[in-house]
Amino acid sequence: MKDHYQLVIIGAGPAGLAAATVAADHGVEVALLDEQPAPGGQIFRAIEAAPVERAEKLGPEYRRGEKLVSAFRNSSVGYFPDTRVWSLSARREIGVINQQQARMITADQVLIANGAFERPVPFPGWTLPGVMNAGAGQILFKGSGIVPSDGIVLAGSGPLLLLLAWQYLRAGVKVKAVLDTISRVNYIKALPKLPSALLVHHHITQGLRYQQTLKLAGVELHNGIRDLQAHGNESLESISYRHKGSKQTLKTDSLMIHFGVIPNIHLSQAAGCDHFWHKRQQCWRPELDKWGGSSIDGILIAGDGGGIGGARTAEHAGRIAAFRILHNLGILNQRESKIEAAQDRKWMKADLRIRPFLEKLFRIPDSMLRVPHDNAIVCRCEEVTAGKIRSAIAAGHSDSNQVKFFTRCGMGPCQGQQCSQAVAHIVADKTNTPLQQSAQFRIRPPLKPLTLGELASIYPEERE
Amino acid sequence: MFKRLDESPRQTVTVIINGRSVAVPQGESVAAAVLAENIGYSRTTPVKQLPRAPFCMMGVCFDCLMVIDGVPNQQACMVQVRDGMHIERQHGSGV
Repeated sequence: MKDHYQLVIIGAGPAGLAAATVAADHGVEVALLDEQPAPGGQIFRAIEAAPVERAEKLGPEYRRGEKLVSAFRNSSVGYFPDTRVWSLSARREIGVINQQQARMITADQVLIANGAFERPVPFPGWTLPGVMNAGAGQILFKGSGIVPSDGIVLAGSGPLLLLLAWQYLRAGVKVKAVLDTISRVNYIKALPKLPSALLVHHHITQGLRYQQTLKLAGVELHNGIRDLQAHGNESLESISYRHKGSKQTLKTDSLMIHFGVIPNIHLSQAAGCDHFWHKRQQCWRPELDKWGGSSIDGILIAGDGGGIGGARTAEHAGRIAAFRILHNLGILNQRESKIEAAQDRKWMKADLRIRPFLEKLFRIPDSMLRVPHDNAIVCRCEEVTAGKIRSAIAAGHSDSNQVKFFTRCGMGPCQGQQCSQAVAHIVADKTNTPLQQSAQFRIRPPLKPLTLGELASIYPEERE
Repeated sequence: MFKRLDESPRQTVTVIINGRSVAVPQGESVAAAVLAENIGYSRTTPVKQLPRAPFCMMGVCFDCLMVIDGVPNQQACMVQVRDGMHIERQHGSGV
């Protein structure tokens, strides 16, 4: 790894791969840093290593990644897998660590393409072994060919629940139930957005096909569920929920949950980029111009990390950002970058047509986000419950950072990534203020835990 | 509980999970190997000593912390298995 690059890209998912390939093809010296051992991001995880039989079970959208990764492999991009970024400043200084060796590098242009993660929604029992994110289940499937035993339940909201249930079915796993929080109100609110969504009908027909297949296989499909809880001593034994006013219980040792995905804004927050609360996507997003440029010169963001659009949109956004970067580096003039980006803009616009529909349909009920059960652990690291956060607020600690100082909520190894949004929701609810005005946790490096030895390795010449 | 799909055999390495030798596919994450062994929980928490298992599998939640080759607080989902690797449950803070 060099000390300086023209372009450093963080994240090797669809956005990062597409951007890196375009930039390198135009002669830019690119470093692509990624936490994972192989390219593809979470969506195309293990795309090069997965045996054909597994890839086929995962379906055609997964296999789209093959083309993207092979184009990247044929490019001159400097690729650094197993490399974590623990710091990013507005001056484009990047703290990285690889094999216990930490270093600081700089770049003329930085593209953040580190994607999204599953929205943490605290409920009683969600910390029990046996409860896992649905995306995590998919990673196990893609990366290792590991699937749950029969009788698994999937719960939450979003297209991933149906997709994963369908994939498990293809792998011969008996899925007991798919429980979604979407209610009749969601359908009514989503309806006006349907015509535009139908223009990209492949998403809708896919969803309907999944549903049909699951029904035929005898999977229980219930919508409008509320008050989800997981029960067990050492691990999950059963779940309960409310459906049509009555309490239901299901015995299961495996629950996979999913409440949509939210942008991973840790790096853009650390750099000091401006963010705003996006009401429709129920998450914070960085302020971006139409090229993916953030509020800080030379820092661009593409893919789900800039707002949720999915894998295809991420790929287009990555290329669009790359054309802007080529202009910023003086390789293309403004007109040329505009022309180069035109095709991707067109495709991206078409792909995004389904989003307003999905956002309305799979909107997470405010009650679930704002008022988690008193017993629900909100901060999984420091084991702080919603009840404890509420009493801190009642005692006068009326913003997220005060709650953090008072309760240690957000001070564990995940650095508040899993609880920051939930805390902001609880604060907004308890203090009766709009979430937009809610303060977020202040983010400071190191963003990933570093040992003192790793930190000292930045300056090897000063060692004895 | 988890199981492995019946796929064409791959190259394996031998790791020791809580003292038991297990053959696992090369390139797999420690968290995946541990889940496939169905050991129940992979750590206990530092505050209330409650059991936890891998939750996000992508490096953001830090619930999969384990002791790997004697070093505590390793994210099992971010470390690949190596031949002869010792993987153990972490109790509390691990130190």
